[in-house]
Amino acid sequence: MKQSERIAGNVAGYIDDRTGAAGWAKKNLTKVFPDHWSFMLGEIALYSFIILLLSGTFLTFWFDPSQQEVVYNGSYAPLSHVTMSASYASTLHISFDIRGGLLMRQIHHWAALIFLAAIVVHLLRVFFTGAFRKPREANWLIGIGLLTLGIVEGFLGYSLPDDLLSGTGIRIAEAIIQALPVVGSYASFFAFGGAFPGHVFIPRIYIVHVLLLPGIFLALITVHLMLVWYQKHTQYPGPGRKETNVVGYPLMPVYMAKAGGFFFIVFGLTAFLGAVASINPIWLYGPYTPGQISAGSQPDWYMGWLDGLVRMAPPIETHAFGHTISWNILIPGLIIPGILFTGMALYPFIEAWISGDKKEHHLLDRPRNVPNRTALGAMSLSFMLISLANGGNDIIATHFHLTINGIMWFTRFGLIIVPPIVFVITKRICLSLQRADREIVLHGRETGRLVMTPDGEFLEVHEELSAEKKWTLTQHLQPTALTAPGEDINGVRSKAAGLKGKLRARMSLANAEQVASPTEREARQLESGHH
Amino acid sequence: MSTEINKFERFEDPGLPAHVLRKTDTDPIAANRAERQVAALFLLSALGTIGTIASYIFIDSKKFIYLPILGDTNAQQLALGTGLAASLFFIGIAAVHWAKTLMPDEEVIAERHEFRSSDEDRADFVSTVKDRAGAAGLGRRSLIKRSMGLSLGLVGLSPLLLLRDLGPLPKNQLATTSWAAGVRLVTDPGNRPIKPSDLEVGAVAQVLPHLPVGTERTLENIGKDAVLLIRLRPEDFNLNAQRLSWTYDGIIAFSKICSHMGCAVALYEQQTKHLLCPCHQSTFDVTRAAKVIFGPSARPLPQLALQLDAEGYLIAKQGFTEPVGPSFWERNSA
Repeated sequence: MKQSERIAGNVAGYIDDRTGAAGWAKKNLTKVFPDHWSFMLGEIALYSFIILLLSGTFLTFWFDPSQQEVVYNGSYAPLSHVTMSASYASTLHISFDIRGGLLMRQIHHWAALIFLAAIVVHLLRVFFTGAFRKPREANWLIGIGLLTLGIVEGFLGYSLPDDLLSGTGIRIAEAIIQALPVVGSYASFFAFGGAFPGHVFIPRIYIVHVLLLPGIFLALITVHLMLVWYQKHTQYPGPGRKETNVVGYPLMPVYMAKAGGFFFIVFGLTAFLGAVASINPIWLYGPYTPGQISAGSQPDWYMGWLDGLVRMAPPIETHAFGHTISWNILIPGLIIPGILFTGMALYPFIEAWISGDKKEHHLLDRPRNVPNRTALGAMSLSFMLISLANGGNDIIATHFHLTINGIMWFTRFGLIIVPPIVFVITKRICLSLQRADREIVLHGRETGRLVMTPDGEFLEVHEELSAEKKWTLTQHLQPTALTAPGEDINGVRSKAAGLKGKLRARMSLANAEQVASPTEREARQLESGHH
Repeated sequence: MSTEINKFERFEDPGLPAHVLRKTDTDPIAANRAERQVAALFLLSALGTIGTIASYIFIDSKKFIYLPILGDTNAQQLALGTGLAASLFFIGIAAVHWAKTLMPDEEVIAERHEFRSSDEDRADFVSTVKDRAGAAGLGRRSLIKRSMGLSLGLVGLSPLLLLRDLGPLPKNQLATTSWAAGVRLVTDPGNRPIKPSDLEVGAVAQVLPHLPVGTERTLENIGKDAVLLIRLRPEDFNLNAQRLSWTYDGIIAFSKICSHMGCAVALYEQQTKHLLCPCHQSTFDVTRAAKVIFGPSARPLPQLALQLDAEGYLIAKQGFTEPVGPSFWERNSA
């Protein structure tokens, strides 16, 4: 026995003697994980979170959230002797007088942007491949919770330095709170400890940012990962991959090396960004004062869609009985995001209701095989992208020599007109791709090689697909429409079908619109026809 | 609901493709080469750490260097960052390269089992729940059920109540400012009173109310009191008689706090005489009493009435006649 093996044996023995974990561990150390690049998106989010914890802890050693006024005397000369809050001064101190401080600030900020980008792209992967279906609905909900809290956490984080840009962001958040009907003024005065900006808001959001939300994140991420572990990862369809198995590499050593290595890669790249790519240079903005602002005020990207919605809102307020309701704030700032996030959270349940599908799903969908879902996703995405574009309308206007008014009107109409068009086009594309799959399975791949038959006829050689490829393209089951309640199998109305039932039948009919998947029999018939 | 109409006609699953050996699996020379590559990558990481330590000790933390694209950059932060990045990145690359070339790459199959328990277990589970719930007697003892509902419903109120002291009641603070009849306009920054002659036609100035001696100007004040002073030619105005009387010789004053979400309305376009809020692009026409001509704001910026005092300085004729800044529930906007 080699020495290393003996040590490994001793360690395992030591642990088992004290926990009896051998049975559990032997099973889990060789646990199989399927391999696909898109499964690394969630990993990026997880690793960014760890980077955020590490770099954030570093920053807390010097950051002071206090709003006490101090006179700056650090080494950044342009702000010398300027009166500012302790939080702004300590951020300058970290940036200019702590070795590696600016680096850590920039790593922290980049990691936050990457964290949210990874969550969003991971969510899109889960959505478009149907990974949220039974039994993973709970994990979908946890994911939506993490995204929502991530946006809040990011906003609170960049609000801490109390610079002119972030102070303006807080001012806008205050206006949203203040706009709440009935309780708005009270909620604002309680949150800010009096009139805006006050002295307590930043210390309060600091503790939320560094303790409360990270704690909730840790808990949710733990449950998220435990569920992935317990329910086993989904896998893409392919030869040998079934609903009843999982095909991939064992945790130890392959996944430990790959996933562990990937953590270092993500950390390394984030550190590189922090080293070379300046982000949020708060010293250029100056300390916050409510009477000033800098042109081109932009939130971080994950808030951009909200800002874009607020910018394009029509100027509507209701004045009645001595009260004011700001629809121009409430609709884009609370109502639309509320509808979007609620719809997103409920989607797995809505889809299951429409399809009547109560089976477990561990094989992922190819997006083209679920045209309605894919089209809905693309439609929502176009909605978000148009909003996001309008969030940067001032930047777009100056870079592309357009007028802000032009962009605003384009996005106001575009937000309503474009998403339905995207839905229709995406659905058609999906069906076309299904048709292309069918063609290629039945007729083979076009090789571009022309041959002349003895009769002088020219034919293109089609190369038959491999059995693996054919299986991958045809393994999915195609949905059939439900019959509306109250109708018999021939669609004859027997009793009054409720509106809900009709709606469900209508949508399930739309779901059933598919290009028939080719069958082996069809292939054989074609074969005999050819010869 | 999916059907398997074509169950017997489907293409067959050919099963997992045969495992293909890598060069490192068959050729010891290739395997040794891969080992050396992994080692080299780990060494690069070590070099990165050494570089990080060296730049921490030897590079002057105040030294800025000019680099193309990056511009003026703090040399030490850059060196620390690239060193750290290399030390981390190469560990990752080494581990992944190791896994891909030398660790087993044969895919294995693990079986999955449906989560659903056996019908028997489920029936047992349901009956256990029913039985145990019955043992608590909640269904029978409605008095307990109701009083428990009441107490659980109320218990959340205490912590909520304890949050009451987070801040004072708003009273009329959102509706008031420091402006009042006779208050002088002073420059910000500078705190100097202003004469009409200080402003040329086309000029803009940010002003604040002169505060009584001994009163400190807070950010909360500025957040409500900030005013923009703009001088046009008197004939440029398109105002009703009352609003015209609030101007002085072409000088007009508006609250600088946006009536939409409270940002500072700081962009003045001299040619068009428009004020633009950089946050959400609400645009106000100065010649028409800051009427909203574009963007999400639903109300004009409140106008401050101006006149001269005995010494010829600009003063407020009266306070604002409406609350400044974003709307709120109690705002009487009629």
